[in-house]
Amino acid sequence: MREINEIPAEKFRFVTPKPQQEEILPGKHIGYFREAFGRFRKNKSSVVAGIIILCLVAYAVFVPIFCQTSYSVALTDTTYLQYTKLKPRNRLFVRWGIPAWDGCSVKTLSRGNYLYLQGIAQETGQPVIKKVLGETVDTDGNLQYKCRVDSYLAKGFVHMTLSRAEYEKIEAWQRENDLQVIYPMVEGQSDANIWYKANRKGIPQLDSQGNYVNQYAVDENGNYRYGIVTGDGSSYRCRVFLHSYFQYRYGFEPSFLLGTTGQGQDILTRLASAARFSLVFALCVSAINLFIGAVYGAIEGYYGGTADLLMERITDILSRVPFLVVATLFQLHLAAKVGPIVSLLFAFVLTGWLGIANTTRMQFYRYKDREFVQAARVLGAGDGRIMFRHIFPNALGTIITGSVLVIPGVIFLESSLTYLGIVNLDSSTMTSVGTMLANGRQYLSTDPHIILFPALFISLLEISFNLFGNGLRDAFNPSLRGADQ
Amino acid sequence: MASYIAKRIAFLLLTFLIIISMCFVFIRLLPDDPPEQFGKDMQLVLQSRYRQGLADMNGNPIPLLTQYGNFLKNTLLGFNWGISEKLYLGQDCLKIFLEKLPNTVLINVYASLLAIPLGLALGIYAALKKNRWPDHAISTGVMVLVSVPSYVYAFLIQYFLCFRLKLFPVVMEAGRDYFSGAMLRSMIPPVLSLSLSSIAGYARFTRGELTEVLTGEFLLLARAKGLTRGQTTLRHALRNAMVPIVPSIISEVIAVLSGSLIIESIFVVPGVGSLYVSAITALDYNFFLLLSAFYTVIGLTAGIVVDLSYGFIDPRIRIGAKNA
Repeated sequence: MREINEIPAEKFRFVTPKPQQEEILPGKHIGYFREAFGRFRKNKSSVVAGIIILCLVAYAVFVPIFCQTSYSVALTDTTYLQYTKLKPRNRLFVRWGIPAWDGCSVKTLSRGNYLYLQGIAQETGQPVIKKVLGETVDTDGNLQYKCRVDSYLAKGFVHMTLSRAEYEKIEAWQRENDLQVIYPMVEGQSDANIWYKANRKGIPQLDSQGNYVNQYAVDENGNYRYGIVTGDGSSYRCRVFLHSYFQYRYGFEPSFLLGTTGQGQDILTRLASAARFSLVFALCVSAINLFIGAVYGAIEGYYGGTADLLMERITDILSRVPFLVVATLFQLHLAAKVGPIVSLLFAFVLTGWLGIANTTRMQFYRYKDREFVQAARVLGAGDGRIMFRHIFPNALGTIITGSVLVIPGVIFLESSLTYLGIVNLDSSTMTSVGTMLANGRQYLSTDPHIILFPALFISLLEISFNLFGNGLRDAFNPSLRGADQ
Repeated sequence: MASYIAKRIAFLLLTFLIIISMCFVFIRLLPDDPPEQFGKDMQLVLQSRYRQGLADMNGNPIPLLTQYGNFLKNTLLGFNWGISEKLYLGQDCLKIFLEKLPNTVLINVYASLLAIPLGLALGIYAALKKNRWPDHAISTGVMVLVSVPSYVYAFLIQYFLCFRLKLFPVVMEAGRDYFSGAMLRSMIPPVLSLSLSSIAGYARFTRGELTEVLTGEFLLLARAKGLTRGQTTLRHALRNAMVPIVPSIISEVIAVLSGSLIIESIFVVPGVGSLYVSAITALDYNFFLLLSAFYTVIGLTAGIVVDLSYGFIDPRIRIGAKNA
């Protein structure tokens, strides 16, 4: 027989006539994800929610970076200055004279308190009481004043021990900027704001013309004493006006956009770091759960039978473990070894992947007997390849949506646990929204702004994540649309 | 049916045993505090531990397995959960727990009584007015209420109703005079905060189920037969929609027993939730074990009751049937 090595192409011809060219569908091909995205875009509320989430993320990422120069220094220092519970102030609003967001609050003052604040005003020449809105008489017949009080100035004075070098530096700064920081000392008075003759309760005793009678300490030459030498003579004890001292120390007038907390931390940057933590934590939890759940659910759903039955029993038991108990046990056991954050992460991961596993399992049951899977198997694809190259991409939309919908739940639970103090994440550099709420809780009646901003932030985050997740779910799975609304 | 229930209960017991054993072992593995820290009460604590079979007369540990056996015997057979070692030093844990339980239960029952009718009504109304403005208003409100964490309304309620308007006391009254006027008044803020999110949850669920049923063909038939819209809704649509709604209500009602830690802590409700939080902060392990067992039982029972209630509510669903 003759060896056939090369047959020229022209020797071949079609047995049947040339097959008809397949008709090309008009229009562009739209993939699964692009179609879902198109559907998502039509859902206006979800798009808005997505934009809000982006804004909140940008806030969490950029505020600590850009406010570093002035605010974060002030943030750690103000705790020591005790510049606490300041009201939100926007410098523009102050300049325009709009009576809102200017660091003032309306207070009803007794005559004693009124004179006390006026005392600060008189000594420093600053408008501590911006405006007297009205006078009322309370049930006991005492006169009361309703005033707008500037919370930044009303802090008044503190006693501070300064080294000689620092004292001289402040003196130089005072001359340069024409702003008084150190005021004359008053002896035998623990309240630094009192520089006048006062009774034992600290209520000013005015002279017959209604003026304050000063009680400054005087040296042998009759001059006011600005510092009293303490200890070994190297330092002075001084009365320092906080508002000016702040400007000396940081070079700008104190003004906090969202006010300060009960510990004197700037809420704007503090909340941003709390937000960073919440978002990063929730993303980590959701990513880890997505991974574990997807693998576990894939194995369950793909193999079925005994493996499925056994693995389902494990998830049955795990799903019944109360989350609170797990979180507590992990805190008790692991917090000392690996830190509270990691142990909280473990608690979330222990039972958190169950939902994703269940979704993945259902999807695998749905797809595993389809023709394309059979085709892959006939072509010799291994189990792993079929699971993760053929079935998984089909289930991806549903699974990812599921893990996005988990995020608000994680944030809520994490903030609840930190609020209750079961998990304690508070330190000078980081915090969580729950801790901020818990710390602000005691000032709810007098300074609600401390709790308002964290609460507002978390509400906004929860609402937008839910809307966003629902939109995503509707987009990936139109048949479920409206089931939840 | 009976064998199905038996199987479920057996599984419940098994799960419960596993969870409580895990808790016990994990707690016992924690480094124990030296008995000296109890000072003059040391003898009391040591005696109690000895009687519980957790340590010998001098407070030295005995093998963990023996401890575990004694623990199961004491707690499950004798309902003896030991004494509180930190929080209420020397007092019986179970007694304290039972004293706190009514507060939590009452608050949650009131919240359910408020939330179920309101939630159902809103849900039904929204479903009937689907895609018109009442529906949009209700759905938006529900979306917000469901998403905003319950402690945020608690703060709002406390600030506006308690501090500003001074309508209610800031924290709940203590004491055991559960039905006095002052007590009921002081319960209103926590009840309101608890019920708001439940109202939203029920409304959302009811609306979802009812809108789905309302599209059914059998309703068209009922209308064609000459029933009015109200009749079809009440007799046909609502009854079908109730099939998934009622079990969810039952499960919620059981689950409310465990209460809300955060609401209890905000309004200082002397209930189980605050007990749990303070037990954790004080590291009072006996309380922790008791309350963990309590929460586990509540969760497990709710699960079973829901599954069984499907069969009672809708006879078409055969529970545990072979060819279901």
